[in-house]
Amino acid sequence: MATETHGAEEGGLVFHPMDQFIVKPLMGGDKIAFYTPTNAALWMALAVLCVVLLLVLGTRGRAIIPSRVQSIAELAYGFIYKMVEDVAGKDAMGFFPYVMTLFMFIVFANFLGLIPMSFTATAHFAVTVMLALLVFVTVTVVGFVKNGAKFLELFWVKSAPLALRPILAVIELISYFVRPVSHSIRLAGNVMAGHAVIKVFAGFAAVSLISPVSILAITAMYGLEVLVAFIQAYVFTILTCVYLKDALHPSH
Amino acid sequence: MEGELAHIGAGIAGLGTGIAALGVGNVAANFLSGALRNPSAAGEQTATLFIGIAFAEALGIFSFLVALLLMFAV
Amino acid sequence: MATETHGDGLADATGVAEHAAGSAPGMPQLDFSHWGNQIFWLLIALVAIYLILSRIALPRIASVLSERQGTITNDLAAAEELKLKAEEAEAAYNQALADARTEAQKIIADTKAEIQADLDAATAKADAEIAARAAESEKAIAEIRDNALQSVTEVAKDTAAEIVSALGQSADAKTIADAVSARMKG
Repeated sequence: MATETHGAEEGGLVFHPMDQFIVKPLMGGDKIAFYTPTNAALWMALAVLCVVLLLVLGTRGRAIIPSRVQSIAELAYGFIYKMVEDVAGKDAMGFFPYVMTLFMFIVFANFLGLIPMSFTATAHFAVTVMLALLVFVTVTVVGFVKNGAKFLELFWVKSAPLALRPILAVIELISYFVRPVSHSIRLAGNVMAGHAVIKVFAGFAAVSLISPVSILAITAMYGLEVLVAFIQAYVFTILTCVYLKDALHPSH
Repeated sequence: MEGELAHIGAGIAGLGTGIAALGVGNVAANFLSGALRNPSAAGEQTATLFIGIAFAEALGIFSFLVALLLMFAV
Repeated sequence: MATETHGDGLADATGVAEHAAGSAPGMPQLDFSHWGNQIFWLLIALVAIYLILSRIALPRIASVLSERQGTITNDLAAAEELKLKAEEAEAAYNQALADARTEAQKIIADTKAEIQADLDAATAKADAEIAARAAESEKAIAEIRDNALQSVTEVAKDTAAEIVSALGQSADAKTIADAVSARMKG
């Protein structure tokens, strides 16, 4: 249970590290139907808004010498473009908008989640599992459409001795189906862990004796979380590219 | 009683996070020593570094998740 | 999920602020009652971003980037051209400088030659004059010498005639003159 009552002088330390992830309807009421605007919906919408602000409004000048916002947008574009080109290969450029969508959404959801009192959409398994499943389904479908039955060569390691190949095939098959699990839990887990740790330190700040240490620790964790927010978005995106490469060129 | 056992289990599962940290450190250290030997090739391998770190990190996150489940969901 | 039922999760969602220490919400991530909601909004967000990116943002950025590439290439070409022009201008300047130098050299040489010619002419004239004077003087001297010879011959003739007459003989002038000139030649 989340509550941990200490016999401290303030009457006990109270930890609710997971309360920040509660999904609430925005308009009041207590029913959450699938269409109810919730805080999750709000912060996802804000992520969309940020993408629009950066990539559409930021580039409306179409300036040859870019403004600051436009150069950030171009940087993001070049970053993902190069990633898709380098990791997934030139014939994967059709997936560039898709990969860019994933990256921009995750990176903005992560960063918006770092605003105090906000809601982190990517800390929810519902969101990350869906994202990972989208990638998984895309990769599987693309693999079979582009390569047909040859896609199964992905599980048949030609470089291994013949006797080992069936065993390796089983392992490869399992690892293939574990991909969406690790893909989603990595993102949600990292984000959730950081936010929960910050909340735990915030709980310690109630004791006046250790509150300076606690606040310092929160600051340090916050810095780390800013890094993690970007790196996890990067990792999610680059793994998507790796999986796409597997789908397009299945033979080892 | 069951709750206390779950908390102990959560603590044990939390150790896995620290062990995963060893793995991540190992990846980064080996990358760094390789990069210092051959700095010209290091830039292209940054993506590989992050993929390796992500795989090592994911398992630590799994154990963290197990700890959370024991704490909050069991 | 053991400790919380479906209804619990919903109740937590609404009134978590009120239950301060008492009821723990568990992991909200594992409350499957709002997964549908999140997935719904997530798909809407993703489709919105995808459409915005693929229809508006990405083509725009791509065109801006290629345009910039073109501008940079053009500017580089223009700069190259200007550089060539500058090099040409420098070459022309150097040529002009060299020309002016050779011209000056030529003028100097011409002037020198002219002066030399003048000098030569003057020298030649002076030489000629000197030669003329010398010839004149020589002529005068020759004349004087001739005159002197003449006089000597005459004096010798006279003297010979006188000597002959003083010896008591007479001789005609012609004989004496022949004898004297024969002596003088010999």
